[in-house]
Amino acid sequence: MKKLRYAGVLTAVALALAGCGGEKVGAETPATTGGKECGTFNLTVSPWVGYEANAAVVAYVATKDLGCKVVKKNLKEEIAWQGFGTGEVDVNLENWGHEDLKKKYIEQEQVAVEAGSTGVKGVIGWYVPPWMAQTYPDITDWKNLNKYAALFKTSESSGKGQLLDGDPSYVTNDEALVKNLSLNYKVVQSGSETALIQAFRDAEKNKKPLLAYFYQPQWFFNEMNLVKINLPPYKAGCDAVPAKIACDYPPYDLDKIVSKKFADSGSPAYTLVKNFQWTNEDQNDVARMIAVDKLTPDQAAEKWVKDNESKVNAWLGK
Amino acid sequence: MTAQLEYPGVQDSDALLSIEGLWKVFGPKAQRVPRRPDLAALDRAALYHQTGCTAAVRDLSFDVAPGEVFVVMGLSGSGKSTLVRCLTRLIEPTAGSLIFEGEDLRAADEKRLRTLRRSKFSMVFQHFGLLPHRKVIDNVSYGLEIRGESKPDRRRRAQEVIDLVGLAGNEHLYPEQLSGGMQQRVGLARALANDPDVLLFDEPFSALDPLIRREMQTEVVRLHREVGKTMVFITHDLSEALKLGDRILLMRDGAAVQLGTGDELVGAPADDYVREFVRDVQRADVLTLRWICREPRPDEPLDGPELGPDVLVREATRLVLEADRPVKVVAGGQLLGVIGDEEILAVVADTN
Amino acid sequence: MAAITSDMEIEVRRPRRSVVVGVLLLVWVAAYFVLRGVNTLVLGGQETTGFHDWLTEHRDDVGQGNAFFDAIRIAVDHFVVLLQDVISQPSFDRPVPVIGWLGVVAVSAYLAWAFGNWKVAVLTAAGLGFVGLQGLWQESMDTLALTIAAVLLSLLVAIPLGIWAGLSDRAYKVATLVLDLMQTLPTFVYLAPLTLFFAIGPAAATIATLIYAAPPAVRLTAHAIRSVPPESVEAARSLGSTRGQTLTKVLLPMSRSTVVVGINQTIMAALSMVTVAALIDAPGLGQTVLKALQTLDVGVAFNAGLAIVVLAIVLDRVTTAAGDRPWRTASIRRKVLLGAGAVGVLVAIWFSRTYVWAAEFPSSPNVGSRIAVVTSDVTTWVQDVFGGFTYGVRDAVTNGLLNPLEALLTGSPWWLVTAVVVALAAVLGGWRGALPAAVCLLLLVATGVWHDSMITLASTVLATVVVVAVGLVLGVWAGRNHRVDTWIRPVLDAGQTMPPFVYLVPFLALFGTSRFTAIAAAVVFAVPVTTKIVADGIKAVPVATVEAANSVGSSTWQVISKVQLPVARRAITLAVNQGLIYVLSMVVVGGLVGAGALGYGVAAGFAQSELYGKGLAAGLAIVLLGVLLDRVTQAAARRTGQFKGRGEKR
Repeated sequence: MKKLRYAGVLTAVALALAGCGGEKVGAETPATTGGKECGTFNLTVSPWVGYEANAAVVAYVATKDLGCKVVKKNLKEEIAWQGFGTGEVDVNLENWGHEDLKKKYIEQEQVAVEAGSTGVKGVIGWYVPPWMAQTYPDITDWKNLNKYAALFKTSESSGKGQLLDGDPSYVTNDEALVKNLSLNYKVVQSGSETALIQAFRDAEKNKKPLLAYFYQPQWFFNEMNLVKINLPPYKAGCDAVPAKIACDYPPYDLDKIVSKKFADSGSPAYTLVKNFQWTNEDQNDVARMIAVDKLTPDQAAEKWVKDNESKVNAWLGK
Repeated sequence: MTAQLEYPGVQDSDALLSIEGLWKVFGPKAQRVPRRPDLAALDRAALYHQTGCTAAVRDLSFDVAPGEVFVVMGLSGSGKSTLVRCLTRLIEPTAGSLIFEGEDLRAADEKRLRTLRRSKFSMVFQHFGLLPHRKVIDNVSYGLEIRGESKPDRRRRAQEVIDLVGLAGNEHLYPEQLSGGMQQRVGLARALANDPDVLLFDEPFSALDPLIRREMQTEVVRLHREVGKTMVFITHDLSEALKLGDRILLMRDGAAVQLGTGDELVGAPADDYVREFVRDVQRADVLTLRWICREPRPDEPLDGPELGPDVLVREATRLVLEADRPVKVVAGGQLLGVIGDEEILAVVADTN
Repeated sequence: MAAITSDMEIEVRRPRRSVVVGVLLLVWVAAYFVLRGVNTLVLGGQETTGFHDWLTEHRDDVGQGNAFFDAIRIAVDHFVVLLQDVISQPSFDRPVPVIGWLGVVAVSAYLAWAFGNWKVAVLTAAGLGFVGLQGLWQESMDTLALTIAAVLLSLLVAIPLGIWAGLSDRAYKVATLVLDLMQTLPTFVYLAPLTLFFAIGPAAATIATLIYAAPPAVRLTAHAIRSVPPESVEAARSLGSTRGQTLTKVLLPMSRSTVVVGINQTIMAALSMVTVAALIDAPGLGQTVLKALQTLDVGVAFNAGLAIVVLAIVLDRVTTAAGDRPWRTASIRRKVLLGAGAVGVLVAIWFSRTYVWAAEFPSSPNVGSRIAVVTSDVTTWVQDVFGGFTYGVRDAVTNGLLNPLEALLTGSPWWLVTAVVVALAAVLGGWRGALPAAVCLLLLVATGVWHDSMITLASTVLATVVVVAVGLVLGVWAGRNHRVDTWIRPVLDAGQTMPPFVYLVPFLALFGTSRFTAIAAAVVFAVPVTTKIVADGIKAVPVATVEAANSVGSSTWQVISKVQLPVARRAITLAVNQGLIYVLSMVVVGGLVGAGALGYGVAAGFAQSELYGKGLAAGLAIVLLGVLLDRVTQAAARRTGQFKGRGEKR
């Protein structure tokens, strides 16, 4: 008896709730885009917005036009390279140099292959905030840096001018440069990109002097037009001996790396990745939408793809 | 009680538990201390200075008779708690022999020892040692549980002892819900549940209020009368020792100072230490007529009332004072001596 | 043991210790001015030693392709993915997880009620509802899944180890040492190598978390077993219990509440790893925080950090309530209610599997974006208002304290520093201090990062001093005043669990990129734990002792300084030790905001393969600094203590 009553009450409650239940799970069947031949590929996403722009657009096109399943993995570069070996990573869409890793994974272990340039040019160098370039126009020549060294003194630079270095991920020659160019500066490690950007913001806003290591393309250039210092120009081979470097950083041709397995798979996605190429401006557009306008990577990609159909068609070989 | 006082010295063959040359030494290379006479002779400070060792029990020998209440007394640090733990090898003795019912306990292996602990010995602890996560009844039946008795059996047995110690109605409470005295009753019940031959008490009542303590002492006396177990009782409280003990072993720095009945200790202290120890005792409550009677003076009339030698002074006071002639102390028809007003008054007024 | 140490203390007193210390320091400073710059073992940012290169070359020698590690990886991966399928990710061909939000809330609240009480059940429901409203339901559930997996696996390893260490003195000694190392070794050091063993993915993240989170459970389990009253164990033995029976029927049940404290600490540690594990693609809130940091979006980062804090507080309160639950079994009424509740939970699960509204957390009332906006505004306001002032503070502290200290450490020859530190350790802590100090310092020289170590040491010492000072003041205050304690706890919890990455950006804005910023971040991170331990220690001082002091007319200050602090000495030693460990665990994070030195070295080793060996060496150097400071302070505390530990009775 008791049990029966219990069940009765329960059913009543359930029914009452069900009345306002609304839409049922699975009522809307997800649109299944076919494209079985594309399959799944793992895309590493390195921790900077420019890369995220690349990844957003490629993933969007691969999913929408080719019906692939793209698994994005947020990884530091070094870890991503390891991933080629373990099969955890198929595609890296923006590689900055890393000759040592190329040697290891492409030549020695043969688990990865190059997949051509992204078309984006990478520039590394020393930058000052815009107000400084205006106030001290001749500061952009490295020869004048010693003249202004006192301006850049901070609590960290032990009486010399401070040259703020960046994210530990990036190779820097700055200590060698300071020494070999006889600059009265001390390299101070900011330790992260976040710290660099914050330092530039603060410097520009409060008109504080700042000299720091930075790089393009970077979404931050949408917010602030940093001015590059002209170091002695780069000539091939001038950076051969790390301790004796006295010239600017080489221009980087950012390229794509894919796993050997993926390259051999014959997937249309590989063709897309291989053909993918755009410009610094394109990347900055998408990066700005993500970083400043706060769109999701997918929304940003959709918007850009709509406006640049011809480029996308070229990648797809249409 | 009085019955056992008739034979203060127990014959070896009658002993339930027989201890011979027992040592427990803590510290580095403890084994050498009992073996080397030069070390064994050192006092506490010298021994520690020379070897870094402390002898908690040194060269003890005694027997416990079946049904006896054997009290071990001493101040804290005298080694009495260590001694009681050595008896069941909860602490491993350093040297000496332990014979229980003719069996050499020191030769027993771990398994045999467990069997003995499960059936022959039980212990009651100073701070009760109850398991806070078990109800009273589960605490009491713990010993039965670990020896694998069925649930109904151990429930029944636990209930019996719970009733016996006056805990009925509290079976389903947790220890923390009970007063200290009640908790110790649980400890007592747990010890009794196994129906052991020997009950070991390690200062069981020293953590209790005086009133409760007295009540519990009475309880032990009652239990002893009802179940007649052999008991080894550790205490630092002389009045407790005198109240409960058939015989008392007084320890100091791990060694025995005196072994005897209560009135022997009070009436004939072995040394100044014992004398100092028993100084504040109400002698009238402890001493029997045996200890104060004297030879009759030639001129005294010997037709006064007769009393036995084991009558307490306190009990005899009235009769002696009211009688107009000395009271005769007679044992087995033989005159041991007489007692007059002066002897009684000397004890009662405690002019020692 | 206690007796032996106490005997050694009755040595003849040499000249007062403070005088000796003072003279040593003066000699050091004098020698510094003569020998400045000699043998300072400086190593440039990109330079490496042979030892570093050797480490780099041999990095790949173990792991990868090893069947043993593969088996572990697959098992752990499956376990995590299963949990994700249940609560966070679309699974089994359905667009939603097995249990939707309503079901998860119902199950969690029910468990909180069953193991704790109704209050924490309400808190659980409210907390989970809140993270849902923050717009972070799925991320939170991913984090929760990973945390549950890591915690369960940690306990699987930690509790048996803890029992072992609880029963065996030798195991206890070894365990304490190893656990200290595990907790001070920066996570970054083993994050990258772990991916070699366990590939990228949930397994590596879970195992990284496990390494960091298991130690407290081991420690507290061992501690719990050791603090079971010996009489209870004796009672069990005297009744003829076997070792197994003693363990399962006495030791373990009686250790329950302390073991639960260990579980609690493990959960907290696991949650504090969420952001770091995101660096190797651990799913969940950590990803949100890191993504937001790339664009310096403090608001979004804070919103996600807040969700972590909320999860932490819920889990903390529930486990605490579970640990405090009395032994008593449930009343009939509670049993009936629990039964009815179970039915309700099943209904909720059914709903969450059937209807979209109960499966996917509604997106419309989103407080997350408001929180983000408000946080950004507040941060900007604080930066604008205090900006100038904070730079002033930074420069004063840096120039007045940090730079001289650092100059002395880095500018003196390595052998001078070693000699002085060993001598100081000997004066303060006897051979127990001097020997470990000498070993650690010589090993530091061997790591090849001596110069960086000295820079980090200077910051660490300064940060620890501040942490201890602040922790003592707050701890005494909270320990003496119940109301303060009630209010300060949630703030401390938040400080402890809020990922440091979240407040790095505001700190950078306030103090710029500098060593001071790193010190400030370390202080914020380490003060809560120090405060809590001190407060608990003060509270544990027997009431009678305090009353006795009051009864002779002591002033408040006298009660604190002459009674409460000395009696709580053990707790304070522990607080200093933990404060130190927490400061050291922030060295790497400090490297991200301008502290440079070892922290930067570790981070660079993680990011650049050619610097791997140097990063590992820097990580080891951090551990060595930890051991050095820990041993010296412990030895000094033991030496100066007038209160001996409870000596063995027998």
